[in-house]
Amino acid sequence: MSPILTTENLSLFYGKKEALKGINMSFEKTGITALIGPSGCGKSTFLRCLNRMNDLIPGVTITGDVNFNGHNIYAPTTDTVQLRKEIGMVFQQPNPFPFSIYENVVYGLRLAGVRDKEQLDAAVEKSLKQAAIWDEVKDRLHANALSLSGGQQQRVCIARVLAVEPDIILLDEATSALDPVSSHMIEMTLLNLRHDYTIITVTHNMQQASRISDRTAFFLNGELIEANDTKQIFMNPVRQETNDYISGRFG
Amino acid sequence: MRRLFDDELNDIDANFTEMGMMVSETIEKSVKAFIDHDRELAQEIIDNDAKINEREVELEKKSFEMIALYQPVTSDLREIVTILKAVSELERMADYARNIAHATIRVKGHVRVPEIEAELSEMGNRVRKMVEEMLSAYVKSDDLAARKVAAKDAKVGEMYDKINEKGISKMERHPETVIGSTDYLNVAGYLMRIGALVTNVGEWIVYLNTGKIVELNPESSNLV
Repeated sequence: MSPILTTENLSLFYGKKEALKGINMSFEKTGITALIGPSGCGKSTFLRCLNRMNDLIPGVTITGDVNFNGHNIYAPTTDTVQLRKEIGMVFQQPNPFPFSIYENVVYGLRLAGVRDKEQLDAAVEKSLKQAAIWDEVKDRLHANALSLSGGQQQRVCIARVLAVEPDIILLDEATSALDPVSSHMIEMTLLNLRHDYTIITVTHNMQQASRISDRTAFFLNGELIEANDTKQIFMNPVRQETNDYISGRFG
Repeated sequence: MRRLFDDELNDIDANFTEMGMMVSETIEKSVKAFIDHDRELAQEIIDNDAKINEREVELEKKSFEMIALYQPVTSDLREIVTILKAVSELERMADYARNIAHATIRVKGHVRVPEIEAELSEMGNRVRKMVEEMLSAYVKSDDLAARKVAAKDAKVGEMYDKINEKGISKMERHPETVIGSTDYLNVAGYLMRIGALVTNVGEWIVYLNTGKIVELNPESSNLV
């Protein structure tokens, strides 16, 4: 299977500080990849490069390529709005808009000009089901999304990403603000989605990485130290730094 | 960074090694009691077996607890798994030593064959030495040393064959030695099995260091 996304020699500088040092990585069309590493190792920065979320930060310089479906997303012709539809993102803090659940989910579709109510209704039901929250909210789709619990809000945010039918879903510590039960719900959601989407998740939760991911990549000081099958990483990593980090010797 | 886990790992490691020393000593005593016809020492070994079993259970409980509380991964996990697996091998070695002690009590009074007893004594020393060397390989986490010790098991097999042959020919020529010689064959068999268990411990030391599950003496694994 050819990869859907590859980075080639991807570097990022904050001013003169090199925060990412020539990362080469590739992602398959399906499955979950966990990015792990201590704070400041570059894993979130890397994740944000994958749908150009770092573009807006002043003083940032990015070199190298990110190839998505055969084209470099950093090419000047790239439409970043379209890009972020194809490569969606879920953040650490659930960030629903202060609208109804329904309007949150269809937000991207409305932006894209979809007006057909049947089509919107169908997208809402499908996305909320995929995000494993349909049963909990189907009777109050017009309630304000902010009235939901944190875990429910996060799943609505996932549904919002899914509604625009992305290829890739990026998650930046998407469960770290949630309680264990809500985290579990999100994990189950991701496990269901992994057969159809490329999921890349940054997490500080080692157990979560080992539970749900197919592959794990360990970052340290802006470098990709090791990327491999999750079983290999958690049972017998090649690099000593990986071993030390995941067994809690530093970080 | 110092971890609580390291302290507990050191404890469990020390307890494992200590249990290994107990088992090695028991094997030595069991062969000595058998050769010296020392019924008292044999009884002591039988009585002591419960203590070794308790040690095994303690180590197992502690391992389960550490897995549950610390969720170890990579080399940490391999250390716990190695102890958990190897501790059963140690306990079974002690069981065979206890079997030898039972044979000691039974054999008393039967007609004996000094030349076979001398060979058994040599075989016993060899096996006990293997146990000690394997423990030392564990303490040093030295998988090459573990492989070397396991390689010595072939000689133990040869010794077993020799005792077997001698015992049978003795029985054929001197039927009055049948009861005693049967026990000689049993004891040689127990020692051979201890040798195979030492090899198993060696396999876990290889796992500990490399993460690979290997068979160190594949040619002899179907004999035991």
